[in-house]
Amino acid sequence: MNVGAFMLLKVEKLKKYFPVQKSFLERLLSRKLEYVKAVDEISFEVEKGEVFTLAGESGCGKTTTGRLIVRLIEPTGGKIFFKGTDITFLKGEPLRKIRKNAQIIFQDPYASLNPRMKIGDSVGNPLEIYNLAFKEDKKRLVLEMLEKVGLEPADKFYYAYPHELSGGQRQRAAIARAMILNPDLVVADEPISMIDVSLRAKILELMIQLKEELNLTYIFITHDLAVAKYISNRVAIMYLGKIVETGLKEIIFSEALHPYTIALLSAIPVPNPKVKRKYMELKGEVPSPINPPSGCRFHPRCPYKNAKCSVEEPELVDVGKGHYVACHKLAH
Amino acid sequence: MAEELLRTEDLKVYYYTQDGIVRAVENVNFSIKKRETIGVVGESGSGKSTLGLAILKLVPPPGKIVNGKMFFQGIELTKLNEKEMQKIRGKKISMVFQDPTTSLNPLMKIGEHLTETILVHEKVTRDEACERALKLLEDVGILRERFNDYPHQFSGGMRQRVGIALALALKPDLVIADEPTSSLDVIVQFQILELMKSLKKLYDMSLILITHDISIVSEIADKIALMYAGHLVEIAEVAAFFEEPLHPYAEALLHSVPNIQLSDQKLEYIPGMPPDLINPPRGCRFHPRCSYVKEICREKEPPLIQAKPEHFVKCFNYVK
Repeated sequence: MNVGAFMLLKVEKLKKYFPVQKSFLERLLSRKLEYVKAVDEISFEVEKGEVFTLAGESGCGKTTTGRLIVRLIEPTGGKIFFKGTDITFLKGEPLRKIRKNAQIIFQDPYASLNPRMKIGDSVGNPLEIYNLAFKEDKKRLVLEMLEKVGLEPADKFYYAYPHELSGGQRQRAAIARAMILNPDLVVADEPISMIDVSLRAKILELMIQLKEELNLTYIFITHDLAVAKYISNRVAIMYLGKIVETGLKEIIFSEALHPYTIALLSAIPVPNPKVKRKYMELKGEVPSPINPPSGCRFHPRCPYKNAKCSVEEPELVDVGKGHYVACHKLAH
Repeated sequence: MAEELLRTEDLKVYYYTQDGIVRAVENVNFSIKKRETIGVVGESGSGKSTLGLAILKLVPPPGKIVNGKMFFQGIELTKLNEKEMQKIRGKKISMVFQDPTTSLNPLMKIGEHLTETILVHEKVTRDEACERALKLLEDVGILRERFNDYPHQFSGGMRQRVGIALALALKPDLVIADEPTSSLDVIVQFQILELMKSLKKLYDMSLILITHDISIVSEIADKIALMYAGHLVEIAEVAAFFEEPLHPYAEALLHSVPNIQLSDQKLEYIPGMPPDLINPPRGCRFHPRCSYVKEICREKEPPLIQAKPEHFVKCFNYVK
């Protein structure tokens, strides 16, 4: 990380526990309330202008983290600083102002657009909500934005309904809606995973281009590490609600140190039959986040575990060049 | 040369919907040999799943096989009636589905599931069937103790192992796996693919793996069959295909997939989008998106041309 670079977002020991629904019988028996520890004390910083990727398998907490940052759900604990302001528990008007600058793109463009609203109205709605533009002004701004995201001819798409659009086009509309307020930060939650393979590259390209044009910062959320490698500046690998390793993409993809990162990278299929990968086989699957393993959450599956791993939780340790790893094996 | 197991000739499958006829699979010719793994790759709506279902004659209405022939071990499947087909399904050709949650009966213990499957199709005693079911569980890496567990007690990866055990229960000659790992995380996907590789050897069978992920094919298959908008556009040995893809779509597709092994990769993309199969473009279905398009591509559908001994491509431009 550059000293003096402008820190757009800072997250400290962020926590989100979801209570597990109890049945009537369980309440009668007054069974103890259990929690899914979706995100458990994670800390990271995002610089202005970078693409910071949260990557991991399903259930690792990456989506929950994204939603916490834009305050769609309430954190259980920890702090979120956006442009130096503590936004963790903001409410009402101050929160509304923050949201103008922190937008989100969802995974499923079939669910994220109102089917009864024309594309132009969906994309322009934020302008009205923030009293920025109405009627003719709004239309002009929306048309400009539709052109920017490649929905051309824009006046045709302006009056179209979501069902008339393909998945790729809908996602472009969702991107347009996130960008129209000219935000500082955009959280993109698996924006290409529901889109046809031949159209994915185009959406990624569009996102990179818009980032340059509009001076954006992205928090990119993905399960696909090949995509993470393509788009990111920095990557954080998550496992069961924890960040296990984070650093510049060049470091994570060639000098990863955490056994989980190494295993994850080695399991990714490569579109080239000549490449013979070195597999690091992991046993079993990700355990339940309701009662995560004690100590290091990865220890039951880790081939290098020792006595300390099941007792003490490893902290993220700086190993140089902005590379942080949470593993006892490395911290002497 | 290994013997041919399955061959399709000019296979056509249409869905007769209210909006019109969806030409989901059109003029597909391919064959699979004994012990071979073919990866059928395509985007959503390319007809790859329909092709898999058509081989088992399981295309759901309003879909229909409207033309073409299919031969399996010399038997013409297209001529068999429903009763005769039932002797093929499961026993000769079986299927692994994408989501084992929906293909397993939630009220049945998995051991019972396997035992019943064997009992329905074969004349064996319950004890023998149980014994075989236990052996199947062992082969797919599930502990014998879990014989009496229900599907919901298993994780996604373990459930897919049960799905695979079911497909193998009657020792088929051909297994069709439709996106068997698409709902799984990458580490579990890797485990399942490795399992399928070793079971293919153990059970001495052929495998048709249907997937949207071209990377998976490069890891597991001998041959690749690439589908685009209902047409089979290229079929080749995996090494040859990744070395030198011949169809413009194949070439473009390979350049548009992020590769974890490359640094500073420049992704290219294919302009336009896949066509609507109710009104597919005339001639070659890829021509509106093709950068090498010529006049003839707009007029005539190209034949599947043999370019090299084991390399076929459906493109006029290949003949230079």
